[in-house]
Amino acid sequence: MTRASATAVSGVAAGGVGCTAAVAVPSAREVAGRVADPELPMLTLADLGILRHVEETQDGVVVTITPTYSGCPAMDAIRDDLTAALRGAGYARVDVRTVLTPAWTTDWITVAGREKLAAAGISAPGPAPRRAGGPVPLTLGASRRSVPCPRCGHPGTEEIAAFSATACRALRRCPACREPFEHVKEI
Amino acid sequence: MSFDAAYEALTDHDDDARWAYGTGFADPLAGVDTAVPAGVDRAELGAYCVMLGDDALIMSHRLQQWVTRSPELEDELAIANIGLDLLGQARLLLSRAAEVESAGRDEDALAYLRDEGDFRNVRLTERADPDFAHLIARLLAFATWRLALLDRLTASADPVLAAIAAKGVKEVTYHRDYAAQWVVRLGDGTDLSHERMQVAMDAIVPLLDELFVAHETELRLAEAGVAVDPSGLREEFDAVWAQVIEAATLRPASGHAPAPVVGAPADPAAGAVSPAVSQAAGSAAGGAAGPAAGGRHGVHTPAMAEILAELQGIARSLPGGAW
Repeated sequence: MTRASATAVSGVAAGGVGCTAAVAVPSAREVAGRVADPELPMLTLADLGILRHVEETQDGVVVTITPTYSGCPAMDAIRDDLTAALRGAGYARVDVRTVLTPAWTTDWITVAGREKLAAAGISAPGPAPRRAGGPVPLTLGASRRSVPCPRCGHPGTEEIAAFSATACRALRRCPACREPFEHVKEI
Repeated sequence: MSFDAAYEALTDHDDDARWAYGTGFADPLAGVDTAVPAGVDRAELGAYCVMLGDDALIMSHRLQQWVTRSPELEDELAIANIGLDLLGQARLLLSRAAEVESAGRDEDALAYLRDEGDFRNVRLTERADPDFAHLIARLLAFATWRLALLDRLTASADPVLAAIAAKGVKEVTYHRDYAAQWVVRLGDGTDLSHERMQVAMDAIVPLLDELFVAHETELRLAEAGVAVDPSGLREEFDAVWAQVIEAATLRPASGHAPAPVVGAPADPAAGAVSPAVSQAAGSAAGGAAGPAAGGRHGVHTPAMAEILAELQGIARSLPGGAW
């Protein structure tokens, strides 16, 4: 909002896209970046780190996104939401492309995104595991790392299940406040 | 009301209509640079993508059959999510296959309109699981093998396969951990759970040799730096399998001697001998039934017909149906 009023003048030049002179036309990157993730709606696509490039062309915009997981069923909804948002902002031609490499990692969730997750009672991921070399190590223990409770801050929470409502979240519980919570697991 | 009109009523926008049995979704490779590297045979690359895609598709289908039958809600979710990850990998791989073969088929045509003999999945993926322990043992075997395979495939000369593999490695790491932790929990649990886990692990062993027998397409593409020769995966597989068996207080199946791993690096002779022994065992097992008798050659167990009847039945009886 602050940014929009600060650049209000540009709205006049780009009239005819459904905006009044008092409201700026946001850039394609701003519009795309504000689209909410369908499964973690407190996060925008920019917060989640899956919006890789937004490029304005002569007659529209090319948006490049990357899937979180191979089977993420939200990809189609995300494509539709991006197209609808950008068309609504006046971009006649919207081309949503996929890029697979480099593969998405939870390290790309922004600081703002982590704060929004915490505010929603979801524990943000720690640093993604890195491997020096050799075979992928097997984890036989129930939990990979210390995850503090997003409600009370207690450090010693335990994993109930490595998979939760979606592939990207694990289910944990806090022995102090006794609340279960979801944790975006490191990938 | 006609059948078609009934479906029409459920569709609020024309562009939302889905093929009733297919994904009808955008190509998962939409916008990905899909050029085939110079010198790579398109037909062979397509055939290889079908092999890896079919492994994921059929395993995913078997996992989906556990939905509503899992022992606890948490495992219901885990198994569904693992099945979904594999379905996603299958879509990417079959889309890549369709594009490379350029025969006018898409991922849905490959999944729903091929006959049994054209499927190239290993037979481990087909087996029905009589109980949860059998499912977990089979998932451990599949995930351990696939993780070793995908990890090597990240270095493929085909950039699309390398990218699909890099995503898959992250996913299958969680699948393998999930299965391994359950094997330990049940193996190191009560007398009854220990015994049932032992039976399940023993039952998987006869299905393992096929995983490490290379099809000629795999061999040729491995030479070109595109594919992974599965015979080279046995050592890593055996090491993980032995690690889980030991942590679960189970005993290795009789007649199955995993490569010695404890202390082996200090002994170059053991290191040089064990993969060769493993490979010889694999070839012998393949040779007994004939290498051409495996899933990679389109020869399947009777379970495959049942899987395809369920997977393809609606697609074939209602071609083009949308909802």
